[in-house]
Amino acid sequence: MNKISIAPEQIRYAEWLRWSGWLGLAVLVGAFGLYVTGVLPPVIPVDQLPQVWRLPSRELMLQHGLQGGWSWIRSITRGDMLNMLGIAILSGCSALPLLAVTGIYLRRGDRLFAALCLLQVAVLVLAASGLIAPGH
Amino acid sequence: MIDSIGSRLQELAGPGSSWRAANPAGHVGRRRVVPLLLMALLCPELADAAPGMVETSAAAWWVWPLALFVVCFFLGIIAVPAGVGGGVLFVPLVSGFFPFHLDYVRGAGLLVALSSALAAGPSLLRAGLANMRVALPLALIASFSSMLGALLGLALPDSVVRIALGIAILGIVAVMLLARKSEYPDVQASDRLATLLGMHGVFVDGASGQQVAWRMHRTPQGLALFLFIGVLAGMFGLGAGWANVPALNLVMGAPLKVAAGSSSFILSLVDSSAAWIYLNNGAVLPVIAAPSVIGMMLGAKIGARLLHVLKASIIRRLVIAMLLFAGGRALMVGLGIGI
Repeated sequence: MNKISIAPEQIRYAEWLRWSGWLGLAVLVGAFGLYVTGVLPPVIPVDQLPQVWRLPSRELMLQHGLQGGWSWIRSITRGDMLNMLGIAILSGCSALPLLAVTGIYLRRGDRLFAALCLLQVAVLVLAASGLIAPGH
Repeated sequence: MIDSIGSRLQELAGPGSSWRAANPAGHVGRRRVVPLLLMALLCPELADAAPGMVETSAAAWWVWPLALFVVCFFLGIIAVPAGVGGGVLFVPLVSGFFPFHLDYVRGAGLLVALSSALAAGPSLLRAGLANMRVALPLALIASFSSMLGALLGLALPDSVVRIALGIAILGIVAVMLLARKSEYPDVQASDRLATLLGMHGVFVDGASGQQVAWRMHRTPQGLALFLFIGVLAGMFGLGAGWANVPALNLVMGAPLKVAAGSSSFILSLVDSSAAWIYLNNGAVLPVIAAPSVIGMMLGAKIGARLLHVLKASIIRRLVIAMLLFAGGRALMVGLGIGI
């Protein structure tokens, strides 16, 4: 009789996280395959990569006219930029599970943890917004 | 096997591929792939400096990502039995021995650590080994500070970040050598904040089959520690399992297994926040990030299966030696000594 009950919010969070994590990984693997096999041409030609990956990120953006933030969406049909979709899903996949458990906390009257979930989502949205950038 | 992968990649690149077009006379033969990989890994300076290798490295762009995949695969195998996350091994080793700029290595390091945490998180939550009431408040603080750490890391000069990385890695080695673990810390009473947040619970210890009740204390000190841990995670792209577990276990009194499980949940949120900063500022290159994530995750799956075969204490000593070497190298590169 060593079974213990796991909080329902943990079960729901785990399910949502499992699916969103696998989705991100699958998109990344698929996009990388399309990229390295040359099925989708990249924005940065592959023969320039050995020069590119030595540059600081801000110099790379200047040299190739990349604007940062979500500008990669505009080139989503290019092999290297499609990988960004997988990376973005992986980086953002915790937000949906957090929203999914907020309702459970609210129904239980646990407003403190509902607020913590929403604050955590706000931090993720702020990070993803592209509004904050380092001052060089 | 590497020969066949190289052969396949060459076939896939095709006669009209850009790397062949750039160097039509000097394509890399199958027999040269293994020596190239070994040379690239053992002595990156030679690979860059030798005239023949410059030509080769310009032509065979895929040698480095392939080497990265192989290295990450082996890092994934040893990370599990050594009890460390992927990021803490990845950043110092790859920044020290691969030709990539530190910005992209840190961005990829965060994604490696994030992917590992996402893979482990759901089962740990379902087993009750990760506890959301413990992890969520700490993750909120650390994910906010990890954004600040990432901004700081991207703004500081490369040499300063390398010196700080070297010092941080040597500090991590000290933590690994000196910090004692406590399976079930003795917590006499919870503090008020821990009681308010409901930081207590019961879990089933898989080894003994017994239910273990636990509670936590020193919550304000823990929150302050996680503020600092977040900065380090974001600044260096290290993940933060190496710091989360001692902070939860030794400072806040969580049982070791709950500390390890909750650390994974915290990592998944902290590294997400910092990864977005790197992604939005052009510091994530798919050609570096994707093979790292895929290699590390495949390796970690093998590592988990070999958990009972490999001797954990020997692997742990190997990891400490690797970190000492890589941390020392980062420090020397940052200081411009002899490299």
